[in-house]
Amino acid sequence: MTSSVTEAHSAPARAGVEVRLQGLHRRYGSVVALDGLDLTVAPGELVALLGPSGCGKTTTLRLLAGLEDADGGRITVAGRDVTHLPASKRDMGMVFQAYSLFPHMTVSENVAFGLRLRHAGKADRDRRAREMLELVGLSEQADRYAHQISGGQQQRVALARALAIEPQVLLLDEPLSALDAKVRALLRDQIRRIQLEVGITTLFVTHDQEEALAIADRVGVMREGHIEQLGPPTEVYSRPATSFVAEFVGLTNRLAGQVRGAEVTVRGCALPLVEHDVADGQVVALVRPEAVTVASQASEDSGPLVGTVIATTFLGATSRITVDLGDTTILAQLSTADAAKLPAGSRVTLKIRPDPVLVSVDSPAVTEA
Amino acid sequence: MAEVTPLAGGTALLEETPARPRRMQTRRRRRLNLFRYVVFVAFGLFFVLPIYAMVRFSLQGVKPGEYSLKAWRQIASSPDLVGAIEITLELAIITCVVVLLLLVPTMIWVRLRVQWISRTVEFLCLLPLTIPAIVLVVGLAPVYRTIRQHAGLSALQLFWAYAILALPYAYRALAAGLDAIDIKTLSEAARSLGANWLTVMWRIIAPNIRQALLNATLLTGALVLGEFTIASLLLYTNLQVELYNISRATLNAGVLFATSAAALIFTFVLLLILSFAGRRRRGRG
Repeated sequence: MTSSVTEAHSAPARAGVEVRLQGLHRRYGSVVALDGLDLTVAPGELVALLGPSGCGKTTTLRLLAGLEDADGGRITVAGRDVTHLPASKRDMGMVFQAYSLFPHMTVSENVAFGLRLRHAGKADRDRRAREMLELVGLSEQADRYAHQISGGQQQRVALARALAIEPQVLLLDEPLSALDAKVRALLRDQIRRIQLEVGITTLFVTHDQEEALAIADRVGVMREGHIEQLGPPTEVYSRPATSFVAEFVGLTNRLAGQVRGAEVTVRGCALPLVEHDVADGQVVALVRPEAVTVASQASEDSGPLVGTVIATTFLGATSRITVDLGDTTILAQLSTADAAKLPAGSRVTLKIRPDPVLVSVDSPAVTEA
Repeated sequence: MAEVTPLAGGTALLEETPARPRRMQTRRRRRLNLFRYVVFVAFGLFFVLPIYAMVRFSLQGVKPGEYSLKAWRQIASSPDLVGAIEITLELAIITCVVVLLLLVPTMIWVRLRVQWISRTVEFLCLLPLTIPAIVLVVGLAPVYRTIRQHAGLSALQLFWAYAILALPYAYRALAAGLDAIDIKTLSEAARSLGANWLTVMWRIIAPNIRQALLNATLLTGALVLGEFTIASLLLYTNLQVELYNISRATLNAGVLFATSAAALIFTFVLLLILSFAGRRRRGRG
């Protein structure tokens, strides 16, 4: 992808619209896919719905697109009730997880298809298709067929096709999941730049937390048909509202602790609690790896936070070390330079930064991704 | 993309090792080609010899070693033959249209909306394959008696029966085409762009299953062009029945072979035209 979105000045910027989902219900037989889901997306905002498989994120998107009917609830777009409107009349552009270009049409014809249905003249269609292809940096592929371009290019054409009709809302259903890591990262940035440039209200569904945190204005973490937490990426990551969010977003150390008052004591360290209404007693504290640091090396002491490095995972600028504490393992995130000084077998003393932590009462203490 | 550079020490090894497998590959390819030719010739003879014999007998004169087109001229002079050809062609067209109109939307709808009844629909469509034509006639006879009373005697009424007979073949051809594309995603993409169901079927799905549509048409057409049993037993006259009548009405045995060969050639030519038309369109696409 060589062209930048900022070069594509021809795309008209327009104000987004508000999307409101109220009490959405959807069942598949005995399975509850959506259980009274509420979500409001502000005009021009990009909200990412994140969650494990079967949590209802794709169902939410499909109900909003009109590809499925809700069993209950209401959907309004720019104040207009669209709950019972067919998909073809909802004025929403959608990019699918599977490649969805029409195989019998060229790239340009694909982009112009929606305009053709709107009875736009040929000159207008061609001009708009050119603009959109320029926006996604694929002007030179206009006369090719879907099978003649790569997967990443196909998804960019699908994005151009969705935007060509100037929809009120853009829906992205895991559009990057079939692509390799490098293309995924590039296209992710491109989608975000285009979304900002066009100013369209966007709902992005993904199971990739890195993708959601990187691209969205707000992230909604879904679980069993409802949104567990909705907030800016930094808030969702650093101040998770529930133990599910804490465990689902990012890596978490699950360490046994003892609650007393507004604190939980974990292996000798007193950590403040996020929720103050936890009863005193045994709990599992959820501690982020970046809150765990190395206090000293080559320690001969023994103690609750003294252990042996058993593995190092290189992540680029940072690295993650796994330390065996005897009765459990703990993850710590360090700068790569610091981690390089700690080969497997090194004895270290750890400390836990006193950030507010969430606790879980009923699950076992292990390190989880 | 990074370029792979072989190490200097390993160059000789890299150059020598593929030589033997290459020789083996060449030998294997030759053996495979030989096998292909043998199979092709054997099957070619199996199909061509009877047709050759049929054509030869149709040209056989009264004396040994003498050949003439007398038997063929005798067919062409039959006054009812042209009418029978017309009726059969019309029947083929009507049956193809009915079968496609019946099956294409149904199969798309089943795949998109009511996947759970797909097995039942498949079973129903394949059922005529297991029922002999003679048994079908027993069931259809009272129905056709009623049709005759209310809608006249035209042999075009046979399209009802032929549509049923053609269902299994058309179904399999269309199923192969529909299975080859992701109709759910394509139709949803089209709908999200503003297409109604008719547009989805006509402008998105149909062009992508063109080969399957053509195959279904070919099979249905071939079935109608070659059908004899039902037409004969229900007392209608189509091409096959007329050819049979011609062969029975003459003492010249060559006419029997000439009519059979004519029926075969007629079907071949029509199917070739259809197939060629489909290939030309595909080439343009």
